[in-house]
Amino acid sequence: MDPLVLKLAVLIFLLPLATFALMAIFHHRIPRHGDWLATTAIGVILAAAITIFVHAGMSDRNIQVNYVFDWLPLGVSNMVKGGILVDRLTAIMLVVVTLVSFLVHLFSVGYMKDDVRYGRYYCGLLLFTTSMLGLVLANNLVYLYIFWELVGLSSYLLIGHWFEKKSASDAAIKAFITTRLGDVGMFIGLMICYWKVGSLQYADLFAAVQNGLLSEPSGLWGFDWQTLAGLGIFFGAMGKSAQFPLHVWLPDAMEGPTPVSALIHAATMVAAGVYLTGRLLPFFSPDTLVFIAYIGGITALFAATIALVQDDIKKVLAYSTVSQLGYMIMALGVGGYVSGLFHLTTHAMFKACLFLGSGAVIHAMHHEQSMSQYGGLWKKMPFTALFYIMATLALCGFPGFSGFFSKDLILGDTLAYTMLHGHWFLVVAGFGTAFLTAFYMTRQVCLTFFGSPRNAHKYEHAHEVGWQMLTPLVILGTLSLVGGWGGWFEKYNEKRDGLTQIQEIAATGYQSPFVAAALAAAPAAATHEAAAAHEAGVGSETRPTAEAAAAGVHDEAHIIHVAHRTAMGLSIVLALSGIGFGLLMYWQRRSGKALLNPDALAKAARPVYVLLWNKYFFDEMYNAAFVETTHLAARFSARFDRLVIDGVVNFVGFFGKVMGFVIDILDRIIVDGLMVNGSAHAAGFAGNQLSWAQTGRVRQYLLLMVLGIIALSGVILVLVR
Amino acid sequence: MPVGLHAYLLVAAILFALGLVACMARRNAIGILIGIELIINAAIINFMAFWRFGGGVMDGEGGLVGPLFGVFLILLAACEAAVALAILLSLYFNFGTIEVDSIHQMQR
Amino acid sequence: MGNELINTAGQNWMGANLAFWLLTAVIVGSAAAAAFARHIVQAAYALFFTLLGVAGYYALLGSSFLAITQVVIYVGGILVLLMFGVLLTNRPLQAKETGELGRYVIAIVAGGLLLLGALVNIIFNTAWKVTAGPALPRPETEAIGRMLLSNYLLPLELAGMLLLLCLLGAAYLVRRQER
Repeated sequence: MDPLVLKLAVLIFLLPLATFALMAIFHHRIPRHGDWLATTAIGVILAAAITIFVHAGMSDRNIQVNYVFDWLPLGVSNMVKGGILVDRLTAIMLVVVTLVSFLVHLFSVGYMKDDVRYGRYYCGLLLFTTSMLGLVLANNLVYLYIFWELVGLSSYLLIGHWFEKKSASDAAIKAFITTRLGDVGMFIGLMICYWKVGSLQYADLFAAVQNGLLSEPSGLWGFDWQTLAGLGIFFGAMGKSAQFPLHVWLPDAMEGPTPVSALIHAATMVAAGVYLTGRLLPFFSPDTLVFIAYIGGITALFAATIALVQDDIKKVLAYSTVSQLGYMIMALGVGGYVSGLFHLTTHAMFKACLFLGSGAVIHAMHHEQSMSQYGGLWKKMPFTALFYIMATLALCGFPGFSGFFSKDLILGDTLAYTMLHGHWFLVVAGFGTAFLTAFYMTRQVCLTFFGSPRNAHKYEHAHEVGWQMLTPLVILGTLSLVGGWGGWFEKYNEKRDGLTQIQEIAATGYQSPFVAAALAAAPAAATHEAAAAHEAGVGSETRPTAEAAAAGVHDEAHIIHVAHRTAMGLSIVLALSGIGFGLLMYWQRRSGKALLNPDALAKAARPVYVLLWNKYFFDEMYNAAFVETTHLAARFSARFDRLVIDGVVNFVGFFGKVMGFVIDILDRIIVDGLMVNGSAHAAGFAGNQLSWAQTGRVRQYLLLMVLGIIALSGVILVLVR
Repeated sequence: MPVGLHAYLLVAAILFALGLVACMARRNAIGILIGIELIINAAIINFMAFWRFGGGVMDGEGGLVGPLFGVFLILLAACEAAVALAILLSLYFNFGTIEVDSIHQMQR
Repeated sequence: MGNELINTAGQNWMGANLAFWLLTAVIVGSAAAAAFARHIVQAAYALFFTLLGVAGYYALLGSSFLAITQVVIYVGGILVLLMFGVLLTNRPLQAKETGELGRYVIAIVAGGLLLLGALVNIIFNTAWKVTAGPALPRPETEAIGRMLLSNYLLPLELAGMLLLLCLLGAAYLVRRQER
């Protein structure tokens, strides 16, 4: 327990929260609607986060703070505990979140300058950041769930910031409901955990997995409780991180202001799902992990293909985000803890840069988002173009840029996993996506910044953006270049005594199929070390890993080593060929024509193009599946009603008619003559006589009521006695 | 001899009767409200008296039924008073008075 | 304070009886005033003493918690609300100031007496299963709290719901009406 880190952690959470509360009430009275206040607050906590980051890096322990306190007493004997956890993963996430958030705040000063709800916008950003920081700092699933929902709420508010636009408010609702769908699964997972374990602290959950508390069969599809709970929780992560088939909300979320898109896509909303998956990696059972890997792989490939043909600059980036998130999830699914989270970090940098860059472009082009209206913009805004291209190269995995290192690690882990266990689809998805990513990003850059302007009027008015908008681009662009250098991420996740964080996690009972086979306790990242030791001929007996390592470890470590080497070579080739292919198709030469004509290709493969252009018709499918089926059921009910129920009713009616005829005769004589008219006359007479009592005076009624009660009770007393 | 159940019930009955009389006799709607409060208090006294003298477990968890019901009744009285006063204010806005005798639209 | 009273009540019934009769005098007297006072403000003041006396009863009966609740909520909340009602709705000069009690006073009082007679009849002619009662409870606030959050959690939540709805309903009733 480190008091300094604890204090800083509390500050990191409370300062933006307090600023949010202050701004929510007073932003009308603060000069400039408080943008400086929000930006300064986030700047302060950025400094605090960096302090924690450095502190954690210098420390020998992984866990800096695990502060547990009694939070909610349930019933007589149950206590739900709350708490703060700061370890290396938290430290990294804190820096990523606060850094991107700070730059987004800064960028928004320029981008949102004349917005009608400027103060409200900053309140939303603050709430968003606060919830994400709370989510990251939580040491239990209850807190995580609370902040998880708060992230959902604030994303709803921000996506629907321009709620006068029907499409924006629709997109906000869609994002909210789709992620909520995933959260139902997550809630079920939480319930299973609490029911079986009695606590939702991460530490307790990992201990429960180790002690086999969750290993009994659930009776559902032959899964044990651990798998079911893991699937449920991962379902929540699928919703938040926009994994197939719950990805539909993310592209629509582009309706929000562009800096918000940057925040959602890089640091907060979608990162939450990946963070959760990484955080709970030791909790997932092997079956769950395979499921996770496949979902990730499918998402990566599927979204990349859609991104190939989109025209809206932000839509391309949105599908690229979905695709990259699929990468991370896939990496985590195959046990690549370090690679998945490394990619999360680097992706946050370059994707934030891309989004802010696209924001600058959109701003310069007077809110024109269609790439078919762009072209040749590098002359007008050279700095934006430069940093945009740097971030693009990072996303493509160009050697030397940050994305290259993390993507390479993921591909290596995936390849090693396949070499050891099969599941060839994952490799195909991984490498295929790498190629497609390079291609569509090159296409985007070519269409936006190069060639001749396609909308001369807007081009004339385009201009370089101001310093508030350029500074974030410079910082993020630089980080996308250097963010992967020197393997700092692996080193950071390694403890001084040589035990990596993943090994520490593994010591808590972590058992991915990959790990179980490869090292009994150390997956890919850890094996780099073993592989290095292997190569150097140093006996790994001196390493702690060696205890877990059996004789076969050397061979498997060798396979992993080979896999990583192959992956590196292959990914460079694919990235370069993707970029080259993109240039061939979209780089305009002097003649104004590219070497290959994309339109011809689109025409040649028309069905594929239509399929991709319409995003595999997912929206239409959901519409058909949910909206139309409801209509269908309604129509069916209506018909059933008309044919069957009405038939029965008619028959009953007819029967009644016959009976009625018979009864009618009896009726007229006995009932009408004697009973009805007689009683009606009697009632009329009584009513007339009693109407004096209906005065409308409450007190009289009350008096009469009491007299009645007295009379009744007198009768009862006499009778009972 | 200590005071027993009957004495409390008797006082409660008196309170109840007075409350009822107040309800009937008062022309001011707030007077009716006062009568209702008296009646509710009579009811709580009954609960408490039967709890105290009615035998059974009194102590510890599960035994404190009397006070518990008292608390719930007080809460109901609070609700009732709030809504009743809202109704009175609404009446006052609409009729300019809260004299129940003057508020009638059913009179023939 | 309440518990000292209770403890002495268990041992020295003379003192408890004295307290009971004193409280009874206060309650009955002020309740009568509340029912018959000429002016509504006087009635509200009389109700104040009735409520305090009833709170004393609760303490005597062994629940200092309920006594305190009575004082805090009833006297401090409901009565103040009533007073506000009086202030907001009473015109300074009411035309029909005389005869606040209305026309049927005789009939009403007779009815009340009849009802009282019936109740007294029931009270004294029923064979109540009376026990001396076990030892008076210890400080009961904690136990009540635990009951409220365990076995009586649902009623508690419903009561909260009811309060909320009353609040909304009251606010709705007195909203500014558009004509």
